Amino acid sequence: MAKLSTEKLARAEMLSSNEDAIAISEMNKWFGSFHVLRDINLSVKRGERIVVAGPSGSGKSTLIRCVNRLEEHQSGKIVVDGTELTSDLKNIDKVRSEVGMVFQHFNLFPHLTILENCTLAPLWVRKTPKKEADEIAMGFLEKVKIPEQADKYPGQLSGGQQQRVAIARSLCMRPRIMLFDEPTSALDPEMIKEVLDTMIELADDGMTMIVVSHEMGFARQVADRVIFMDEGQIVEQNEPEEFFNNPQSERTKLFLSQILGH
Amino acid sequence: MRNVSFVRSEMLAEQTPPLTSIGVIGWARENLFNGWFNSILTVISLYIVYSFLSFLIPWVLTPTWKATSLNECREINTALTGHHSGACWGVITERWPQFIFGFYDRSILWRPILVFVLFLATIAPILFERVPRKLFLLGPVFPFLAVWLLWGGSIWSPVFSFLGLVLGYLVWRSLKERVNAVILLLSSIGVPIIWWMFLTEPASGLLAEIIPYEIQILPSRDFGGLLLSLTIGLTAIFCSLPIGIFLALGRQSDLLIVKVLCVWFIEFIRGVPLITLLFVASTLLNIFMPPGTNFDIIMRVVIMVTLFSSAYMAEVVRGGLAGLDSGQYEAANALGFSYWKAQRLIIMPQALKISIPGIVSNFIGVLKDTTLVSVIGLFDPIGLTTVVLADMRWNGVYWELNVFVALCFFVFCFSMSRYSMYLERKLRKEN
Repeated sequence: MAKLSTEKLARAEMLSSNEDAIAISEMNKWFGSFHVLRDINLSVKRGERIVVAGPSGSGKSTLIRCVNRLEEHQSGKIVVDGTELTSDLKNIDKVRSEVGMVFQHFNLFPHLTILENCTLAPLWVRKTPKKEADEIAMGFLEKVKIPEQADKYPGQLSGGQQQRVAIARSLCMRPRIMLFDEPTSALDPEMIKEVLDTMIELADDGMTMIVVSHEMGFARQVADRVIFMDEGQIVEQNEPEEFFNNPQSERTKLFLSQILGH
Repeated sequence: MRNVSFVRSEMLAEQTPPLTSIGVIGWARENLFNGWFNSILTVISLYIVYSFLSFLIPWVLTPTWKATSLNECREINTALTGHHSGACWGVITERWPQFIFGFYDRSILWRPILVFVLFLATIAPILFERVPRKLFLLGPVFPFLAVWLLWGGSIWSPVFSFLGLVLGYLVWRSLKERVNAVILLLSSIGVPIIWWMFLTEPASGLLAEIIPYEIQILPSRDFGGLLLSLTIGLTAIFCSLPIGIFLALGRQSDLLIVKVLCVWFIEFIRGVPLITLLFVASTLLNIFMPPGTNFDIIMRVVIMVTLFSSAYMAEVVRGGLAGLDSGQYEAANALGFSYWKAQRLIIMPQALKISIPGIVSNFIGVLKDTTLVSVIGLFDPIGLTTVVLADMRWNGVYWELNVFVALCFFVFCFSMSRYSMYLERKLRKEN
């Protein structure tokens, strides 16, 4: 136990000396007249792993979708890797090339094979030569442990395999930050582990990650920080140990008792 | 407590079903004579089928092929069978070249035939994967070659028109990396249009004087029959798909003006009968043109039919777009694809695949709608039937003429329909 905490201390120290990968300040967003995100302040260090939890409708997905501009924020500031997200298309392209995203429903391209799914963006967005793109893609497919499926179509794979392909597809663009939007929520229970294992491996490689998830085991094991959101606001954030053992706000306590209670 | 346990000690062997429930008798009992009401219905239906066949069968089985008039046909028929109910195919034997080529000069029929063969060669690589890819090179050349071969004239006008296409391609290539997509699109379409409107004619005229080479000119009024229908129909089909795709995208666009224009265009065209558009093409358009301009009638009709069909195409493609999961757009955006790249590589391949049945129905509809041009005095196969019927010798041969025309269209429409089914099957295998 003591060893673990010194390890954690060292890691916290290392992180605090790192620069910000993402800096969000006083950010607000509305859907029509509905105030989805309220006064969000959040900075993420390079190499940091953050898990965002909260009841449905609390704005967690919207928050990470703002980070790569799938959703537009209306006020405040989001700076990703030194580039501020404005309506300037150049900046948006730059940020998107730095940030990979994995979706709840995988969103693989069903008309392309697994390998083509992985090489499409490198070929057409990055202009990587075909041979090199294939090699990179096979490398990442091996990393997520499904190189033998490269010539199949997404529809022929299980949910867990599809999600691992989606992770590999993102990695092929060599992102410095990865966003995960409830990556295991659409999976059958027996497939959740294979996806989480892939994500843990990715975390061990030092990837900056923001994960929206209800997998509290994953949060305990991997996260440097857990953020709890409710009604569009950050209600509480803490180290996982503290967050789970000693929640401060009533709302957090209630949420934890509901998802951990049975 | 009741004992519910049960163990079968030996398995039952398979037995044949009772005789009355299988075979012809079983089937008839089940389907035709199932109760007194159904039995009566069956007898009545059989009588209707019989009276229809008793008319049709002699018509099909005792035809005459060589008669030169309806009366002669009937005489031959009566002499042969005692009644005159056989088909008089003599009219088709005599007139079929007219139904295929209209009034096209008979001495140069090789030209439309060559165009048709070239057309098949051009679309073959699009339709089938196993055809050599090199045939794709015919694609950009074919339209100009076809127009030249069909209408004739100086060799230089198709050459210079083709140069316009080359010019557009060069503009696109040189600007590709430098300007944004909209300017790129506008300039690479605009430059060739300017070329065609202002430079093609003087330039080709000049060259024609220096090196004259031309083939016999055929005026548009000589076009007719299937040749006319296919010229109008196939041109409209091939132009309306891309226009329809752009209209569908425009209708979903975030750019307000683009969206409004597309919606108005689509709704206006779909709200108006094709016949009115054809009348506009044939008569009203001349009023708006500066006096002295000679704007070819077939060209005008082609434009109208294309516009008409592209509005419908847009709605079919929009249906395909609506069938796509929004996650596909999000994944494309998150991976950094630009709008046009995402459309081309991710969205359209899937949306078009969903819309194949609708698109092909539309193609078939366009081809058949070309028969409406008979209303504005062009001689498509339907228009030609009135010409033939006006001939004293053939007054009254409705069945034979219409069956023949129907058969001509059926060949093309049915092949399109079968191809679409083949394509769907092939694409379904992929995923």
